[in-house]
Amino acid sequence: MINIPSTIKISFRSLRVNKMRSGLTMLGIVIGVGAVITMIAVGTGASQRIEEQISSMGSNLLMILPGATTAGGVRMGMGTQPTLSMGDAEAIQKECASVSYVAPNLGGVTQVIYGSQNWSTGITGTTPDMLYVRDWTLSQGRPFAEEDVRNASKVCMPGQTVVDNLFGNENPIGQIIRIKNVPFTVIGVLDKKGQSPTGQDQDDTIFIPVTAAQKKIFGTAFPGMVRIIMVKAKSMEDLYTAEKEITELLRQRHRIGDRQDNDFTVRNLTQAMQASEQSGKIMTLLLGAIASVSLLVGGIGIMNIMLVSVTERTREIGIRMAVGARTWDIRLQFIIESLILSLIGGAFGIIAGIAGSKMLSMLAGWPTIVSPLSISLAFGFSGVVGIFFGFYPAYKASLLDPIDALRYE
Amino acid sequence: MAIIEIREISKVYRLGEIAVNALNAVTLSIERGEFAAIMGPSGSGKSTFMNILGCLDKPTSGGYLLEGADVSGLKRDDLAAIRNKKIGFVFQGFNLLPRTSAIENVELPMLYNGVSIKERRGRAEAALGKVGLSGRGNHHPSQLSGGQQQRVAIARSLVNDAPIILADEPTGNLDTKTSAEVMELFVKLNTESNITVILVTHEHDIAAYSRRIIKFLDGNIVSDEPKTKT
Repeated sequence: MINIPSTIKISFRSLRVNKMRSGLTMLGIVIGVGAVITMIAVGTGASQRIEEQISSMGSNLLMILPGATTAGGVRMGMGTQPTLSMGDAEAIQKECASVSYVAPNLGGVTQVIYGSQNWSTGITGTTPDMLYVRDWTLSQGRPFAEEDVRNASKVCMPGQTVVDNLFGNENPIGQIIRIKNVPFTVIGVLDKKGQSPTGQDQDDTIFIPVTAAQKKIFGTAFPGMVRIIMVKAKSMEDLYTAEKEITELLRQRHRIGDRQDNDFTVRNLTQAMQASEQSGKIMTLLLGAIASVSLLVGGIGIMNIMLVSVTERTREIGIRMAVGARTWDIRLQFIIESLILSLIGGAFGIIAGIAGSKMLSMLAGWPTIVSPLSISLAFGFSGVVGIFFGFYPAYKASLLDPIDALRYE
Repeated sequence: MAIIEIREISKVYRLGEIAVNALNAVTLSIERGEFAAIMGPSGSGKSTFMNILGCLDKPTSGGYLLEGADVSGLKRDDLAAIRNKKIGFVFQGFNLLPRTSAIENVELPMLYNGVSIKERRGRAEAALGKVGLSGRGNHHPSQLSGGQQQRVAIARSLVNDAPIILADEPTGNLDTKTSAEVMELFVKLNTESNITVILVTHEHDIAAYSRRIIKFLDGNIVSDEPKTKT
């Protein structure tokens, strides 16, 4: 039977004897655990931010862009050909089973005026379904209805940035703003969404009925033309099917022959975002792995000191063996000693890690998230390091010959 | 039945090509309650003999019955358990743990046989009492005189009620007066508690406290006689 409480007491005493040495050995683990926690906090913070931005875009999103025009062999770039129409949007909504919402989009940047204030912002002509496609809600007022789209009503829903710049502290609901000198009534205000994954301010926009945008503000070369169609698939799994269905439908509607290229592009935003989310997670892993190298170095420091300690205490080991300590009594004593070193180091390391993360957030402005999982992981890992690197010195101690050990000077 | 029964044990050390016979088929038996002194010059094999007697070392050949049980073929951990329960060691250099109080030094053997913390303290105090050191339990070895340190070591050898005490030159580091005190303590333990005491010494004055003197030379017992004169 092995006497654990007494062994722990003995270990604490022998660690106290060499305070400086124990402290420095612990420091290795403190730095290791602290680094692991801080690095994981940085990584998690970064991927959390990416995740937030993705969900602010709206989930399960597809974007359909018109194709490029070719003038005299010069291809003009994506979206220059006016090939998408309201009819396309309606057809997608009707025909594609895997699609839940469709919102056409026709817009541009223009000046808006309220009273003595003016502001240049992006106008988004769209349908009420845009709010569902983008998972967007209103902070006040009401959204425009299908009827407003049919009648090309002059109503609008500005984003928070626009409201702040035009109205200040005034209540915008019911006020009239002029977009390209056309008066529009504010009926609702879009909820704050923040930055998009590409760093644009998503709140710097005004939603108006798509028909109003076509007829009253931008004018179009063809009736019913739209710039972009945004589509929300029913689920993540449906994204791929939706992409296929839409492509087929639009090829048919645009009468594109078998060997001709599409005159539109379907972009899967969610997938692109997920890729960047994935890379964020890989970065977290990588940072954690690099930091755990320092924990490993700390463990080697423990092993080094334990080996010195075993040599210094050869005589003590001999005495213990003479009075009846068995192999595992001796082993456990040294393993527990190294475990205590690493666990105390780990505990301080947690404090250091939390402090380090907070400091990085404050000084460098990086978002950091200290997760309980990373704390328990780092602490557990420090324990494993203590046992692992304590084992060899302990094993060496237990193999000493009692007679030689007793004679050791 | 003899408490220690040694039958033709030999110990051969191999130093490279050369084999050194430290013990040549030594046979000896010691009865319970004896007080024996082992004498002999350095290299006579008496230390090797004591190490085997104390289960710190194993003989190359031969048998060793301790309280009727053969211990010559036991494994490391089993030997440790035998040392813990049956043999108390007293060394020339005391071999106390530094920076550890006297009482904790005495408690040490009980750490390895599952005695509860409460019982440990009581038994250690009783053992310190037996060697005349009650009240000194909290002193560290460095705060005690040589004689006192050796008595702490004797208390440690008593604490598990071992029937045998092996003392390897227990007075080697002590002055004459303290040596006499320590030897009186051994005599007292031998006569009052019926503990078998086996001691190694160079000095005839010290050997004179025993009742049997065994002399070693070149790995053999050359004389083994009861002490007649007091």
